[in-house]
Amino acid sequence: MRIITIASEQKRRRSRSVREATIERLLFLAGIVGALSVALITVFLFASGLPAFANFGLGNFLFETRWSPTNGVYGTLALTAGTLSVTLTALVIGIPSGVACAVFLSEILPPKAARAFKFAIELLAGIPSVVYGFFGLIVVVPAVRMYILPIVRLWDPDAHTTGLSILSGAIILAVMILPTIVSLSENAISSVPEEYKEASLALGANKRQTIARVLIPAAKSGILASIILGMGRAVGETMAVLLITGNAAVMPKSLLDPVATLTGTIAMEMSYADTSHQQALFAVGVILFLIIMLLNAVAQTAAKRMGARRS
Amino acid sequence: MKDKLFYAAIWFFSILTLAALLVIVGYIMYRGASHISWEFITERPSLMGKKGGIFPIIIGTLYVTGVGLLIAAPIGITAAVYFAEYSKDGRLVRAIRVFTEALAGIPSIIVGLFGFAFFVVFLGFGWSVLSGGLSVSLMILPILIRSTEEALKTVPLSYREGSLSLGASKWETTRKVVLPCCRKGILTGLVLSMGRVVGETAVIMLTVGGALKLPVSIFDSTRTMSLHMYILAAEGISQEKAFATAALLVLIILVINGLANIIGHRIGGSNGK
Repeated sequence: MRIITIASEQKRRRSRSVREATIERLLFLAGIVGALSVALITVFLFASGLPAFANFGLGNFLFETRWSPTNGVYGTLALTAGTLSVTLTALVIGIPSGVACAVFLSEILPPKAARAFKFAIELLAGIPSVVYGFFGLIVVVPAVRMYILPIVRLWDPDAHTTGLSILSGAIILAVMILPTIVSLSENAISSVPEEYKEASLALGANKRQTIARVLIPAAKSGILASIILGMGRAVGETMAVLLITGNAAVMPKSLLDPVATLTGTIAMEMSYADTSHQQALFAVGVILFLIIMLLNAVAQTAAKRMGARRS
Repeated sequence: MKDKLFYAAIWFFSILTLAALLVIVGYIMYRGASHISWEFITERPSLMGKKGGIFPIIIGTLYVTGVGLLIAAPIGITAAVYFAEYSKDGRLVRAIRVFTEALAGIPSIIVGLFGFAFFVVFLGFGWSVLSGGLSVSLMILPILIRSTEEALKTVPLSYREGSLSLGASKWETTRKVVLPCCRKGILTGLVLSMGRVVGETAVIMLTVGGALKLPVSIFDSTRTMSLHMYILAAEGISQEKAFATAALLVLIILVINGLANIIGHRIGGSNGK
């Protein structure tokens, strides 16, 4: 009687451990879905895009300025220039505003008000990019045409713009990347050890000197990471720029010129593209993918450097 | 003098930042709210959306969001359990993690491009709710994994030890003791994912198509509210309807994100006790 009980108990335990092992394997399967998806996306993107580099010639594809699918000419330099000009202009507007705002939140505003301010910014960060784009189209584009153009004409009488331009796109993108820059920079600044601040103040530096010469330099890696992440967001942004930059694949000469971006071109042309055109668009996707991955890697390195020094 | 200038600059830029964000939301609500009516929500559109309401589009939005969540939620939550409770720190696990995090960094247009090539064309699902749901599930998977994992980490070790010492197996402990403590964290992840899908346009444009009729089958093409407002604005169909759709969209997103924030804060509160 007793022996049977032990035997059945052993059997029960064995089946239980088999079940546990099976479950662990199933969990592992779920765990690798994300990683496999990234692998699949990467492989598929490159497999679909790389033939274009071969067909059109890598040099031509990257450095030819004409993008003219109807003539079978695929050069992406104008698109890359479009993306970079909009992104960099957005950063010029967004960085000072974002970092100032981060300092304001962490050092100047009382904690309670800062929390409300941050909450508002986080809520606004979720506003869909197409809404920002629509606002840009309705408000910023006409404003650039009616108010900025006359100012530019004062020293360049030949200037002209429809308002659909690098500048309009950059203004909206700057607003869109502000939440990223503000909240990550704020984290970086407020995680500077309290002793740094105390030491600086004890040495007779006033608050401004402490902020500008101690806190910001100490939080520099984190601020840099936030800027690069914001930049990644700007480069990858599609719908807003699609609505306001004018989508003209030509090399821009001034901030008031229209441009087409890497993302906008893919979104606009993919649904009606023929085979070789589709291939070219995938290759544009490859370029975009490489730029974004590079930016993400740099941002992670910067963030890690901050973490390493802290610990 | 220098001090004054410094503070003036900081105040100026900070107020500018908040003002810019508030003005955008305020303007959209101001121009759009008056066009939102019961009819707008319950009627079908006519003349490509120039007249009528957005009922099929609201259903389409819910449909794509629902399918996306149904695909991503089980996988995301299970994956989080694996990472937080089961995985041992090793080279393979670290590599898997790096790749999974990379998924969050892939811009939506690339996800859309992939969804178009893989789900729409290669697997032959066409422009459909299914293709869209599968594509957005890739985008929200990292959100679900992260929020569930964060919640799992806050469950005290003693809960697990207590359960294990009572003879429960690891899986029984995870399922009956640890996971129930994370309900709010998981809910936050689900709500945030919902917001992400509702706000997404590029992926939807390339994978769901843009049909205006009421979607029934999972293989039907449809459009979501954000895509609808993009089309209204880009093709100049109707500014009024675009504003109304935008206002409704902003309202929904603010409610969703506010909800996520409230749930999230409650987790924080209950952990303190």
